[in-house]
Amino acid sequence: MGWKARKLTRKIAMHLLVLPFLVFAVFPFYHMTLTSLKQDRELYDRNAIPLLITQGPTLEHYTKLIWDTGFLTWIKNSLLVTFLATAVSLVIGTIAAYALARLRFFAVGSFGTGIFVTYLVPTSLLFLPLAQVVNWLGLADSKWALVVTYPTFLIPFCTWLLMGYFRTVPKEVEECAMVDGATRIQALWRIVLPIAVPGLVCAALFAFTLSWNEFIYALTFTSSSDQITASVGVTQELIRGDIYFWGSLMAGAVLASVPIVILYVFFLDYYVSGLTAGALK
Amino acid sequence: MAIGNVDAVRIASRPPLRARFRELLDREAFLGPVFVTPALLLILLLVAYPFCMAVYFSLSNAFIGRPSQLVGLRNFINLWQSDAFRQTFQNAFVFTGASMTLKLVLGISLALLLNQQLWFKRAIRGAVLLPWVIPTVLSVLGWTWMFNSLYSVVNWTGIHLGLMDPPGPNWLGQKYYAMTAVVAVNVWRGLPFFAITILAGLVSIPKELYEAAEADGAGPFARFWHVTLPLLKPVLAIVVLFSTIFTFSDFNIVFVLTHGGPINSTHLFATLARQVGLETGRIGEGAAISLYLFPALAFVVWAQLRFIRRHAN
Repeated sequence: MGWKARKLTRKIAMHLLVLPFLVFAVFPFYHMTLTSLKQDRELYDRNAIPLLITQGPTLEHYTKLIWDTGFLTWIKNSLLVTFLATAVSLVIGTIAAYALARLRFFAVGSFGTGIFVTYLVPTSLLFLPLAQVVNWLGLADSKWALVVTYPTFLIPFCTWLLMGYFRTVPKEVEECAMVDGATRIQALWRIVLPIAVPGLVCAALFAFTLSWNEFIYALTFTSSSDQITASVGVTQELIRGDIYFWGSLMAGAVLASVPIVILYVFFLDYYVSGLTAGALK
Repeated sequence: MAIGNVDAVRIASRPPLRARFRELLDREAFLGPVFVTPALLLILLLVAYPFCMAVYFSLSNAFIGRPSQLVGLRNFINLWQSDAFRQTFQNAFVFTGASMTLKLVLGISLALLLNQQLWFKRAIRGAVLLPWVIPTVLSVLGWTWMFNSLYSVVNWTGIHLGLMDPPGPNWLGQKYYAMTAVVAVNVWRGLPFFAITILAGLVSIPKELYEAAEADGAGPFARFWHVTLPLLKPVLAIVVLFSTIFTFSDFNIVFVLTHGGPINSTHLFATLARQVGLETGRIGEGAAISLYLFPALAFVVWAQLRFIRRHAN
Protein backbone atom coordinates (compact mmCIF):
# COMPACT_ATOMS: atom_id res chain seq x y z
CA MET A 1 0.00 0.00 0.00
CA GLY A 2 1.35 3.39 -0.98
CA TRP A 3 1.90 6.27 1.35
CA LYS A 4 -1.09 8.13 -0.03
CA ALA A 5 -3.44 5.17 0.26
CA ARG A 6 -2.35 4.60 3.84
CA LYS A 7 -3.03 8.19 4.67
CA LEU A 8 -6.50 7.96 3.16
CA THR A 9 -7.30 4.77 5.09
CA ARG A 10 -6.22 6.49 8.29
CA LYS A 11 -8.41 9.47 7.50
CA ILE A 12 -11.45 7.26 6.88
CA ALA A 13 -10.77 5.37 10.11
CA MET A 14 -10.74 8.67 12.01
CA HIS A 15 -14.13 9.56 10.58
CA LEU A 16 -15.51 6.18 11.58
CA LEU A 17 -14.29 6.80 15.12
CA VAL A 18 -15.92 10.26 15.25
CA LEU A 19 -19.21 8.85 14.01
CA PRO A 20 -20.47 7.35 17.32
CA PHE A 21 -19.81 10.70 19.04
CA LEU A 22 -21.77 12.53 16.33
CA VAL A 23 -24.69 10.12 16.60
CA PHE A 24 -24.69 10.48 20.39
CA ALA A 25 -24.67 14.30 20.13
CA VAL A 26 -27.27 14.75 17.39
CA PHE A 27 -29.65 11.80 17.73
CA PRO A 28 -31.78 13.26 20.57
CA PHE A 29 -32.55 16.30 18.41
CA TYR A 30 -33.38 14.14 15.43
CA HIS A 31 -35.70 12.03 17.54
CA MET A 32 -37.37 15.09 19.10
CA THR A 33 -38.08 16.64 15.71
CA LEU A 34 -39.32 13.34 14.35
CA THR A 35 -41.66 12.82 17.31
CA SER A 36 -43.09 16.31 16.94
CA LEU A 37 -44.02 15.57 13.32
CA LYS A 38 -45.66 12.18 13.92
CA GLN A 39 -49.36 11.56 14.16
CA ASP A 40 -50.52 10.33 17.56
CA ARG A 41 -51.64 7.08 15.96
CA GLU A 42 -48.09 6.26 14.97
CA LEU A 43 -46.52 7.82 18.05
CA TYR A 44 -48.30 5.42 20.39
CA ASP A 45 -48.09 2.37 18.16
CA ARG A 46 -45.73 -0.08 19.82
CA ASN A 47 -45.13 -1.92 16.57
CA ALA A 48 -44.08 1.16 14.64
CA ILE A 49 -40.44 1.88 13.93
CA PRO A 50 -39.48 4.81 16.21
CA LEU A 51 -36.61 5.93 13.96
CA LEU A 52 -38.74 6.93 10.97
CA ILE A 53 -42.10 8.43 10.05
CA THR A 54 -43.97 5.72 8.17
CA GLN A 55 -47.61 6.82 8.44
CA GLY A 56 -47.24 10.35 7.10
CA PRO A 57 -46.05 13.53 8.86
CA THR A 58 -48.35 16.10 10.44
CA LEU A 59 -48.08 19.64 11.78
CA GLU A 60 -51.00 19.04 14.13
CA HIS A 61 -48.86 19.18 17.28
CA TYR A 62 -47.41 22.52 16.23
CA THR A 63 -50.78 24.10 15.43
CA LYS A 64 -52.19 22.80 18.71
CA LEU A 65 -49.21 24.19 20.59
CA ILE A 66 -49.48 27.63 19.02
CA TRP A 67 -53.27 28.07 19.13
CA ASP A 68 -54.38 26.09 22.20
CA THR A 69 -51.64 26.93 24.68
CA GLY A 70 -49.88 30.07 25.89
CA PHE A 71 -46.78 29.15 23.89
CA LEU A 72 -46.50 32.45 22.01
CA THR A 73 -46.79 34.40 25.28
CA TRP A 74 -44.06 32.28 26.83
CA ILE A 75 -41.79 32.93 23.84
CA LYS A 76 -42.54 36.65 24.08
CA ASN A 77 -41.70 36.62 27.80
CA SER A 78 -38.48 34.73 27.11
CA LEU A 79 -37.48 37.24 24.44
CA LEU A 80 -38.22 40.22 26.67
CA VAL A 81 -36.35 38.82 29.67
CA THR A 82 -33.43 37.64 27.58
CA PHE A 83 -32.98 40.88 25.65
CA LEU A 84 -33.25 43.13 28.68
CA ALA A 85 -31.08 41.00 30.95
CA THR A 86 -28.46 40.68 28.22
CA ALA A 87 -28.40 44.42 27.49
CA VAL A 88 -28.15 45.43 31.16
CA SER A 89 -25.48 42.85 31.89
CA LEU A 90 -23.45 43.79 28.86
CA VAL A 91 -23.32 47.49 29.80
CA ILE A 92 -22.56 46.91 33.48
CA GLY A 93 -20.14 44.10 32.65
CA THR A 94 -18.29 46.18 30.06
CA ILE A 95 -17.54 49.12 32.35
CA ALA A 96 -16.63 46.84 35.25
CA ALA A 97 -14.34 44.80 33.02
CA TYR A 98 -12.66 47.95 31.70
CA ALA A 99 -12.05 49.19 35.24
CA LEU A 100 -10.64 45.84 36.33
CA ALA A 101 -8.46 45.42 33.26
CA ARG A 102 -7.11 48.97 32.97
CA LEU A 103 -7.56 51.23 35.98
CA ARG A 104 -5.64 51.23 39.25
CA PHE A 105 -7.76 52.06 42.25
CA PHE A 106 -8.58 51.05 45.78
CA ALA A 107 -9.21 47.31 46.28
CA VAL A 108 -9.26 46.56 42.55
CA GLY A 109 -7.65 43.18 43.16
CA SER A 110 -10.15 41.94 45.70
CA PHE A 111 -13.01 43.16 43.52
CA GLY A 112 -11.65 41.04 40.68
CA THR A 113 -11.50 38.01 42.96
CA GLY A 114 -15.06 38.75 44.13
CA ILE A 115 -16.33 38.78 40.55
CA PHE A 116 -14.63 35.49 39.85
CA VAL A 117 -16.05 33.84 42.97
CA THR A 118 -19.55 35.12 42.10
CA TYR A 119 -19.07 33.70 38.62
CA LEU A 120 -18.60 30.26 40.19
CA VAL A 121 -21.64 30.41 42.49
CA PRO A 122 -24.22 28.05 41.00
CA THR A 123 -27.79 29.35 40.75
CA SER A 124 -29.03 26.30 42.63
CA LEU A 125 -27.29 27.50 45.80
CA LEU A 126 -29.24 30.75 46.18
CA PHE A 127 -32.69 30.30 44.65
CA LEU A 128 -34.48 29.82 47.99
CA PRO A 129 -33.43 33.08 49.71
CA LEU A 130 -33.49 34.94 46.41
CA ALA A 131 -37.19 34.07 46.14
CA GLN A 132 -37.66 36.02 49.39
CA VAL A 133 -35.74 39.00 48.07
CA VAL A 134 -37.87 38.92 44.92
CA ASN A 135 -40.97 38.97 47.15
CA TRP A 136 -39.72 42.00 49.04
CA LEU A 137 -39.01 43.81 45.81
CA GLY A 138 -42.67 43.26 44.95
CA LEU A 139 -41.77 41.15 41.93
CA ALA A 140 -43.28 37.82 43.01
CA ASP A 141 -44.67 35.87 40.06
CA SER A 142 -43.50 38.47 37.55
CA LYS A 143 -41.17 38.16 34.60
CA TRP A 144 -39.46 41.34 35.81
CA ALA A 145 -38.05 39.28 38.68
CA LEU A 146 -36.04 37.45 36.03
CA VAL A 147 -34.84 40.68 34.39
CA VAL A 148 -33.51 41.70 37.81
CA THR A 149 -31.99 38.37 38.87
CA TYR A 150 -30.45 37.08 35.64
CA PRO A 151 -27.72 39.76 35.69
CA THR A 152 -26.44 38.13 38.91
CA PHE A 153 -24.90 35.36 36.85
CA LEU A 154 -24.57 37.25 33.55
CA ILE A 155 -22.55 40.22 34.85
CA PRO A 156 -19.77 38.16 36.46
CA PHE A 157 -19.57 36.13 33.30
CA CYS A 158 -19.49 39.15 30.93
CA THR A 159 -16.97 40.93 33.15
CA TRP A 160 -14.70 37.92 33.26
CA LEU A 161 -14.83 37.36 29.51
CA LEU A 162 -14.40 41.03 28.56
CA MET A 163 -11.50 41.56 30.97
CA GLY A 164 -9.56 39.09 28.86
CA TYR A 165 -10.41 40.97 25.66
CA PHE A 166 -9.59 44.41 27.07
CA ARG A 167 -6.20 43.18 28.20
CA THR A 168 -5.36 42.28 24.61
CA VAL A 169 -5.91 45.90 23.48
CA PRO A 170 -2.49 47.55 23.68
CA LYS A 171 -2.38 50.27 26.33
CA GLU A 172 -0.39 52.56 24.00
CA VAL A 173 -3.28 52.94 21.55
CA GLU A 174 -5.44 54.36 24.29
CA GLU A 175 -2.67 56.54 25.71
CA CYS A 176 -2.03 58.02 22.28
CA ALA A 177 -5.64 59.11 22.03
CA MET A 178 -5.46 60.66 25.49
CA VAL A 179 -2.29 62.56 24.68
CA ASP A 180 -4.22 63.96 21.72
CA GLY A 181 -6.77 65.39 24.14
CA ALA A 182 -9.41 62.69 24.36
CA THR A 183 -10.81 61.97 27.81
CA ARG A 184 -10.59 58.46 29.17
CA ILE A 185 -14.25 57.85 28.44
CA GLN A 186 -13.85 59.03 24.85
CA ALA A 187 -10.84 56.75 24.51
CA LEU A 188 -12.87 53.84 25.83
CA TRP A 189 -15.82 54.59 23.56
CA ARG A 190 -13.95 55.42 20.35
CA ILE A 191 -10.77 53.32 20.61
CA VAL A 192 -11.06 50.41 23.02
CA LEU A 193 -14.63 49.27 22.43
CA PRO A 194 -14.33 49.14 18.62
CA ILE A 195 -11.21 46.99 18.97
CA ALA A 196 -12.98 44.74 21.46
CA VAL A 197 -16.05 44.18 19.25
CA PRO A 198 -15.41 40.43 18.84
CA GLY A 199 -15.33 40.15 22.64
CA LEU A 200 -18.56 42.14 22.96
CA VAL A 201 -20.30 39.97 20.38
CA CYS A 202 -19.10 36.89 22.19
CA ALA A 203 -20.27 38.16 25.58
CA ALA A 204 -23.67 39.18 24.16
CA LEU A 205 -24.07 35.82 22.50
CA PHE A 206 -23.28 33.84 25.63
CA ALA A 207 -25.38 36.09 27.85
CA PHE A 208 -28.29 35.59 25.46
CA THR A 209 -27.81 31.83 25.45
CA LEU A 210 -27.40 31.57 29.24
CA SER A 211 -30.53 33.58 29.96
CA TRP A 212 -32.60 31.85 27.28
CA ASN A 213 -31.59 28.50 28.77
CA GLU A 214 -31.99 29.48 32.45
CA PHE A 215 -34.50 27.33 34.26
CA ILE A 216 -34.30 27.16 38.06
CA TYR A 217 -34.89 30.89 38.70
CA ALA A 218 -37.67 31.04 36.12
CA LEU A 219 -39.28 27.99 37.67
CA THR A 220 -39.04 29.38 41.20
CA PHE A 221 -39.90 33.05 40.68
CA THR A 222 -42.73 32.80 38.15
CA SER A 223 -45.75 30.52 37.85
CA SER A 224 -48.68 32.27 36.11
CA SER A 225 -49.13 31.28 32.52
CA ASP A 226 -48.75 34.88 31.31
CA GLN A 227 -45.44 35.44 33.15
CA ILE A 228 -43.45 32.25 32.59
CA THR A 229 -40.68 31.76 30.03
CA ALA A 230 -40.61 29.19 27.24
CA SER A 231 -38.62 26.51 29.07
CA VAL A 232 -40.88 26.69 32.13
CA GLY A 233 -44.03 26.75 29.98
CA VAL A 234 -43.05 23.75 27.94
CA THR A 235 -41.95 21.64 30.92
CA GLN A 236 -44.73 22.65 33.34
CA GLU A 237 -47.84 23.64 31.43
CA LEU A 238 -47.84 20.99 28.74
CA ILE A 239 -47.85 18.20 31.30
CA ARG A 240 -51.21 17.72 33.00
CA GLY A 241 -50.74 15.67 36.14
CA ASP A 242 -48.98 12.56 34.95
CA ILE A 243 -50.19 12.83 31.37
CA TYR A 244 -47.49 13.77 28.90
CA PHE A 245 -48.62 14.98 25.48
CA TRP A 246 -45.44 13.89 23.79
CA GLY A 247 -46.22 15.33 20.37
CA SER A 248 -46.85 18.86 21.67
CA LEU A 249 -44.03 18.57 24.21
CA MET A 250 -41.51 17.78 21.51
CA ALA A 251 -42.97 20.46 19.24
CA GLY A 252 -42.54 22.96 22.08
CA ALA A 253 -39.00 21.83 22.77
CA VAL A 254 -38.10 22.17 19.09
CA LEU A 255 -39.72 25.58 18.59
CA ALA A 256 -38.33 27.05 21.82
CA SER A 257 -34.82 26.05 20.71
CA VAL A 258 -35.14 27.84 17.37
CA PRO A 259 -33.81 31.27 18.47
CA ILE A 260 -30.69 29.67 19.91
CA VAL A 261 -30.19 27.47 16.86
CA ILE A 262 -30.41 30.51 14.56
CA LEU A 263 -27.77 32.37 16.58
CA TYR A 264 -25.71 29.23 16.69
CA VAL A 265 -25.69 28.70 12.93
CA PHE A 266 -24.54 32.28 12.29
CA PHE A 267 -22.06 32.61 15.13
CA LEU A 268 -20.63 29.11 15.57
CA ASP A 269 -17.04 30.38 15.59
CA TYR A 270 -17.80 32.86 18.36
CA TYR A 271 -19.30 30.09 20.43
CA VAL A 272 -16.18 27.97 20.01
CA SER A 273 -13.81 30.83 20.84
CA GLY A 274 -15.93 32.04 23.77
CA LEU A 275 -16.12 28.57 25.21
CA THR A 276 -12.37 28.22 25.21
CA ALA A 277 -11.68 31.81 26.32
CA GLY A 278 -14.03 31.91 29.27
CA ALA A 279 -14.07 28.26 30.31
CA LEU A 280 -17.78 28.29 30.78
CA LYS A 281 -20.51 26.75 32.83
CA MET B 1 -1.44 61.04 30.83
CA ALA B 2 -4.09 63.64 31.51
CA ILE B 3 -1.68 66.57 31.75
CA GLY B 4 -3.36 68.56 28.97
CA ASN B 5 -6.64 68.62 30.81
CA VAL B 6 -5.17 69.52 34.18
CA ASP B 7 -3.40 72.54 32.68
CA ALA B 8 -6.55 73.68 30.94
CA VAL B 9 -8.38 73.59 34.24
CA ARG B 10 -5.70 75.55 36.09
CA ILE B 11 -5.61 78.34 33.55
CA ALA B 12 -9.25 79.17 34.01
CA SER B 13 -9.70 81.06 37.29
CA ARG B 14 -12.97 79.30 38.18
CA PRO B 15 -13.29 76.13 36.15
CA PRO B 16 -16.84 75.47 35.02
CA LEU B 17 -18.52 72.51 36.66
CA ARG B 18 -18.48 70.44 33.51
CA ALA B 19 -14.75 70.75 33.11
CA ARG B 20 -14.18 69.84 36.73
CA PHE B 21 -16.35 66.77 36.28
CA ARG B 22 -14.46 65.85 33.13
CA GLU B 23 -11.21 66.06 35.00
CA LEU B 24 -12.58 63.93 37.80
CA LEU B 25 -13.62 61.24 35.32
CA ASP B 26 -10.07 61.10 34.02
CA ARG B 27 -8.73 60.13 37.43
CA GLU B 28 -8.34 56.38 37.77
CA ALA B 29 -8.99 56.49 41.49
CA PHE B 30 -12.39 58.05 40.78
CA LEU B 31 -13.45 56.43 37.51
CA GLY B 32 -12.51 52.92 38.66
CA PRO B 33 -14.90 52.81 41.62
CA VAL B 34 -17.63 54.53 39.53
CA PHE B 35 -17.33 51.84 36.89
CA VAL B 36 -17.48 48.92 39.29
CA THR B 37 -20.26 50.31 41.50
CA PRO B 38 -23.26 49.02 39.48
CA ALA B 39 -21.86 45.50 39.39
CA LEU B 40 -20.87 45.71 43.04
CA LEU B 41 -24.31 46.88 44.18
CA LEU B 42 -26.04 44.15 42.24
CA ILE B 43 -23.76 41.47 43.64
CA LEU B 44 -24.17 42.75 47.19
CA LEU B 45 -27.96 42.92 46.97
CA LEU B 46 -28.68 39.79 44.94
CA VAL B 47 -25.79 37.45 45.74
CA ALA B 48 -24.06 38.34 49.01
CA TYR B 49 -27.24 39.28 50.86
CA PRO B 50 -29.20 36.17 49.79
CA PHE B 51 -26.21 34.10 50.81
CA CYS B 52 -26.36 35.55 54.31
CA MET B 53 -30.10 34.90 54.30
CA ALA B 54 -29.46 31.30 53.30
CA VAL B 55 -27.17 30.94 56.30
CA TYR B 56 -29.79 32.51 58.57
CA PHE B 57 -32.60 30.33 57.18
CA SER B 58 -30.54 27.20 57.60
CA LEU B 59 -30.11 28.02 61.30
CA SER B 60 -33.83 28.70 61.82
CA ASN B 61 -37.11 26.84 61.61
CA ALA B 62 -38.34 29.10 58.80
CA PHE B 63 -41.53 27.92 57.15
CA ILE B 64 -43.29 29.68 54.26
CA GLY B 65 -45.47 32.47 55.63
CA ARG B 66 -44.60 32.06 59.32
CA PRO B 67 -42.22 33.97 61.61
CA SER B 68 -39.07 32.02 62.29
CA GLN B 69 -36.83 31.35 65.26
CA LEU B 70 -33.20 30.39 65.39
CA VAL B 71 -32.72 26.71 66.17
CA GLY B 72 -28.94 26.41 65.84
CA LEU B 73 -27.61 23.48 63.88
CA ARG B 74 -30.76 21.42 64.32
CA ASN B 75 -31.61 21.45 60.60
CA PHE B 76 -28.20 20.15 59.67
CA ILE B 77 -28.35 17.42 62.31
CA ASN B 78 -31.91 16.38 61.44
CA LEU B 79 -31.00 16.20 57.79
CA TRP B 80 -27.97 14.10 58.47
CA GLN B 81 -30.19 11.63 60.29
CA SER B 82 -32.82 11.45 57.55
CA ASP B 83 -32.70 8.67 54.97
CA ALA B 84 -33.72 10.92 52.08
CA PHE B 85 -30.83 13.27 52.75
CA ARG B 86 -28.25 10.54 53.21
CA GLN B 87 -29.40 8.98 49.97
CA THR B 88 -29.06 12.39 48.27
CA PHE B 89 -25.60 12.91 49.73
CA GLN B 90 -24.49 9.58 48.33
CA ASN B 91 -26.20 10.23 44.98
CA ALA B 92 -24.38 13.54 44.59
CA PHE B 93 -20.98 11.88 44.88
CA VAL B 94 -21.88 8.90 42.69
CA PHE B 95 -23.38 11.20 40.07
CA THR B 96 -20.47 13.65 40.07
CA GLY B 97 -17.81 10.93 40.18
CA ALA B 98 -19.31 8.86 37.39
CA SER B 99 -20.12 11.79 35.09
CA MET B 100 -16.79 13.50 35.61
CA THR B 101 -14.82 10.33 34.85
CA LEU B 102 -16.81 9.63 31.70
CA LYS B 103 -16.69 13.24 30.52
CA LEU B 104 -12.95 13.37 31.04
CA VAL B 105 -12.16 10.10 29.24
CA LEU B 106 -14.62 10.67 26.39
CA GLY B 107 -13.74 14.38 26.21
CA ILE B 108 -10.02 13.67 25.73
CA SER B 109 -10.81 10.97 23.15
CA LEU B 110 -13.14 13.23 21.20
CA ALA B 111 -10.70 16.15 21.34
CA LEU B 112 -7.90 13.93 20.00
CA LEU B 113 -10.18 12.87 17.13
CA LEU B 114 -11.27 16.44 16.36
CA ASN B 115 -7.61 17.45 16.25
CA GLN B 116 -7.06 15.14 13.25
CA GLN B 117 -7.45 16.16 9.62
CA LEU B 118 -11.18 15.72 9.08
CA TRP B 119 -13.57 16.50 6.25
CA PHE B 120 -16.40 18.90 7.14
CA LYS B 121 -14.43 20.09 10.16
CA ARG B 122 -16.75 23.01 10.88
CA ALA B 123 -19.93 20.97 10.52
CA ILE B 124 -18.57 18.27 12.82
CA ARG B 125 -17.63 20.82 15.47
CA GLY B 126 -21.04 22.43 15.15
CA ALA B 127 -22.77 19.10 15.67
CA VAL B 128 -20.56 18.15 18.61
CA LEU B 129 -21.24 21.45 20.38
CA LEU B 130 -25.01 21.31 19.84
CA PRO B 131 -26.05 19.61 23.12
CA TRP B 132 -24.30 22.39 25.01
CA VAL B 133 -26.19 25.29 23.36
CA ILE B 134 -29.74 23.94 23.21
CA PRO B 135 -31.74 24.77 26.39
CA THR B 136 -30.97 21.91 28.77
CA VAL B 137 -34.47 21.34 30.09
CA LEU B 138 -35.88 21.10 26.58
CA SER B 139 -33.35 18.57 25.37
CA VAL B 140 -33.75 16.62 28.61
CA LEU B 141 -37.46 16.48 27.83
CA GLY B 142 -36.42 14.71 24.62
CA TRP B 143 -34.35 12.27 26.68
CA THR B 144 -37.33 11.64 28.97
CA TRP B 145 -39.27 10.54 25.92
CA MET B 146 -36.32 8.43 24.71
CA PHE B 147 -36.33 6.62 28.06
CA ASN B 148 -40.14 6.28 28.20
CA SER B 149 -41.19 2.99 29.80
CA LEU B 150 -43.38 1.92 26.87
CA TYR B 151 -42.02 3.61 23.78
CA SER B 152 -38.29 3.94 24.56
CA VAL B 153 -36.30 4.32 21.36
CA VAL B 154 -33.20 3.34 23.36
CA ASN B 155 -34.74 -0.02 24.20
CA TRP B 156 -36.11 -0.48 20.68
CA THR B 157 -32.64 0.04 19.24
CA GLY B 158 -31.02 -2.13 21.91
CA ILE B 159 -33.45 -4.97 21.29
CA HIS B 160 -33.08 -4.80 17.52
CA LEU B 161 -29.30 -4.81 17.80
CA GLY B 162 -29.56 -7.83 20.07
CA LEU B 163 -28.06 -5.99 23.05
CA MET B 164 -31.14 -6.18 25.29
CA ASP B 165 -33.82 -8.75 26.02
CA PRO B 166 -37.33 -7.42 25.38
CA PRO B 167 -38.87 -5.38 26.88
CA GLY B 168 -35.57 -3.86 28.07
CA PRO B 169 -35.01 -1.92 31.29
CA ASN B 170 -37.50 0.60 32.65
CA TRP B 171 -34.89 3.35 32.66
CA LEU B 172 -36.56 5.97 34.79
CA GLY B 173 -38.48 3.62 37.06
CA GLN B 174 -35.71 1.47 38.49
CA LYS B 175 -33.10 2.65 40.95
CA TYR B 176 -29.77 1.92 39.26
CA TYR B 177 -31.07 2.41 35.75
CA ALA B 178 -32.41 5.83 36.70
CA MET B 179 -28.98 6.88 38.00
CA THR B 180 -27.40 5.50 34.81
CA ALA B 181 -29.84 7.54 32.72
CA VAL B 182 -29.17 10.74 34.68
CA VAL B 183 -25.40 10.26 34.35
CA ALA B 184 -25.74 9.49 30.63
CA VAL B 185 -27.67 12.71 29.99
CA ASN B 186 -25.19 14.74 32.04
CA VAL B 187 -22.32 13.28 30.02
CA TRP B 188 -24.19 14.03 26.80
CA ARG B 189 -24.75 17.62 27.81
CA GLY B 190 -21.26 18.22 29.30
CA LEU B 191 -19.10 16.44 26.72
CA PRO B 192 -18.99 19.39 24.24
CA PHE B 193 -17.47 21.66 26.88
CA PHE B 194 -14.76 19.12 27.67
CA ALA B 195 -14.03 18.23 24.04
CA ILE B 196 -13.88 21.80 22.68
CA THR B 197 -11.83 23.18 25.58
CA ILE B 198 -9.39 20.26 25.55
CA LEU B 199 -9.14 20.65 21.77
CA ALA B 200 -8.02 24.24 22.26
CA GLY B 201 -5.35 22.93 24.63
CA LEU B 202 -4.23 20.32 22.08
CA VAL B 203 -3.94 22.88 19.28
CA SER B 204 -1.61 25.00 21.41
CA ILE B 205 0.92 22.16 21.91
CA PRO B 206 3.92 22.86 19.60
CA LYS B 207 4.28 20.33 16.76
CA GLU B 208 8.07 20.21 17.24
CA LEU B 209 7.63 18.37 20.54
CA TYR B 210 5.88 15.50 18.78
CA GLU B 211 8.49 15.46 16.03
CA ALA B 212 11.26 15.34 18.62
CA ALA B 213 9.52 12.53 20.51
CA GLU B 214 8.99 10.61 17.28
CA ALA B 215 12.66 11.03 16.39
CA ASP B 216 13.50 9.54 19.78
CA GLY B 217 11.44 6.51 18.83
CA ALA B 218 8.34 7.20 20.91
CA GLY B 219 5.20 5.42 19.65
CA PRO B 220 1.74 7.03 19.54
CA PHE B 221 0.90 5.90 23.06
CA ALA B 222 4.19 7.07 24.54
CA ARG B 223 3.78 10.41 22.77
CA PHE B 224 0.32 10.81 24.26
CA TRP B 225 1.52 9.83 27.74
CA HIS B 226 4.77 11.82 27.85
CA VAL B 227 3.98 14.84 25.65
CA THR B 228 0.24 15.41 25.29
CA LEU B 229 -0.98 14.61 28.76
CA PRO B 230 1.59 16.64 30.76
CA LEU B 231 1.11 19.70 28.53
CA LEU B 232 -2.64 19.35 28.74
CA LYS B 233 -2.61 19.37 32.53
CA PRO B 234 -3.44 23.08 33.05
CA VAL B 235 -6.41 22.92 30.68
CA LEU B 236 -7.63 19.68 32.22
CA ALA B 237 -7.39 21.15 35.71
CA ILE B 238 -9.51 24.16 34.79
CA VAL B 239 -12.09 22.09 32.93
CA VAL B 240 -12.39 19.59 35.77
CA LEU B 241 -12.76 22.29 38.43
CA PHE B 242 -15.41 24.17 36.49
CA SER B 243 -17.35 21.09 35.59
CA THR B 244 -17.19 19.68 39.12
CA ILE B 245 -19.00 22.73 40.47
CA PHE B 246 -21.76 22.61 37.92
CA THR B 247 -22.17 18.85 37.99
CA PHE B 248 -22.29 18.70 41.77
CA SER B 249 -24.90 21.46 41.93
CA ASP B 250 -26.90 20.28 38.91
CA PHE B 251 -30.65 20.76 39.00
CA ASN B 252 -32.14 20.74 35.50
CA ILE B 253 -31.37 17.22 34.37
CA VAL B 254 -32.64 15.44 37.46
CA PHE B 255 -35.64 17.72 37.86
CA VAL B 256 -36.95 17.03 34.37
CA LEU B 257 -35.82 13.43 33.91
CA THR B 258 -36.69 11.73 37.20
CA HIS B 259 -37.82 14.40 39.69
CA GLY B 260 -35.41 12.71 42.11
CA GLY B 261 -37.14 9.37 41.97
CA PRO B 262 -37.65 6.51 42.10
CA ILE B 263 -37.66 6.71 45.93
CA ASN B 264 -35.03 9.49 46.10
CA SER B 265 -32.50 7.38 44.23
CA THR B 266 -31.51 10.22 41.88
CA HIS B 267 -32.10 13.28 44.09
CA LEU B 268 -29.24 15.79 44.16
CA PHE B 269 -28.78 18.60 46.67
CA ALA B 270 -30.50 21.17 44.47
CA THR B 271 -33.56 19.07 43.63
CA LEU B 272 -34.04 17.92 47.23
CA ALA B 273 -33.62 21.52 48.43
CA ARG B 274 -36.38 22.62 46.10
CA GLN B 275 -38.69 19.80 47.12
CA VAL B 276 -38.20 20.40 50.85
CA GLY B 277 -37.93 24.18 50.72
CA LEU B 278 -40.69 25.03 48.26
CA GLU B 279 -42.96 22.06 47.71
CA THR B 280 -43.31 21.25 51.41
CA GLY B 281 -42.51 24.80 52.59
CA ARG B 282 -39.72 24.02 55.09
CA ILE B 283 -37.44 26.83 53.92
CA GLY B 284 -35.03 26.43 56.83
CA GLU B 285 -34.36 22.82 56.03
CA GLY B 286 -34.24 23.52 52.30
CA ALA B 287 -31.62 26.22 52.82
CA ALA B 288 -29.61 23.82 54.97
CA ILE B 289 -29.63 21.26 52.14
CA SER B 290 -28.34 23.89 49.69
CA LEU B 291 -25.63 24.86 52.14
CA TYR B 292 -24.37 21.28 52.33
CA LEU B 293 -23.19 22.09 48.80
CA PHE B 294 -21.08 24.89 50.12
CA PRO B 295 -18.00 23.15 51.60
CA ALA B 296 -17.47 21.22 48.38
CA LEU B 297 -17.93 24.36 46.28
CA ALA B 298 -15.68 26.42 48.53
CA PHE B 299 -12.94 23.83 48.19
CA VAL B 300 -13.17 23.81 44.40
CA VAL B 301 -13.21 27.61 44.18
CA TRP B 302 -10.20 27.82 46.47
CA ALA B 303 -8.33 25.26 44.38
CA GLN B 304 -9.21 27.13 41.22
CA LEU B 305 -8.10 30.53 42.54
CA ARG B 306 -4.84 29.05 43.72
CA PHE B 307 -4.31 27.38 40.39
CA ILE B 308 -5.00 30.55 38.39
CA ARG B 309 -2.72 32.66 40.60
CA ARG B 310 0.11 30.17 40.29
CA HIS B 311 -0.22 30.10 36.51
CA ALA B 312 -0.58 33.85 36.22
CA ASN B 313 2.80 34.36 37.92
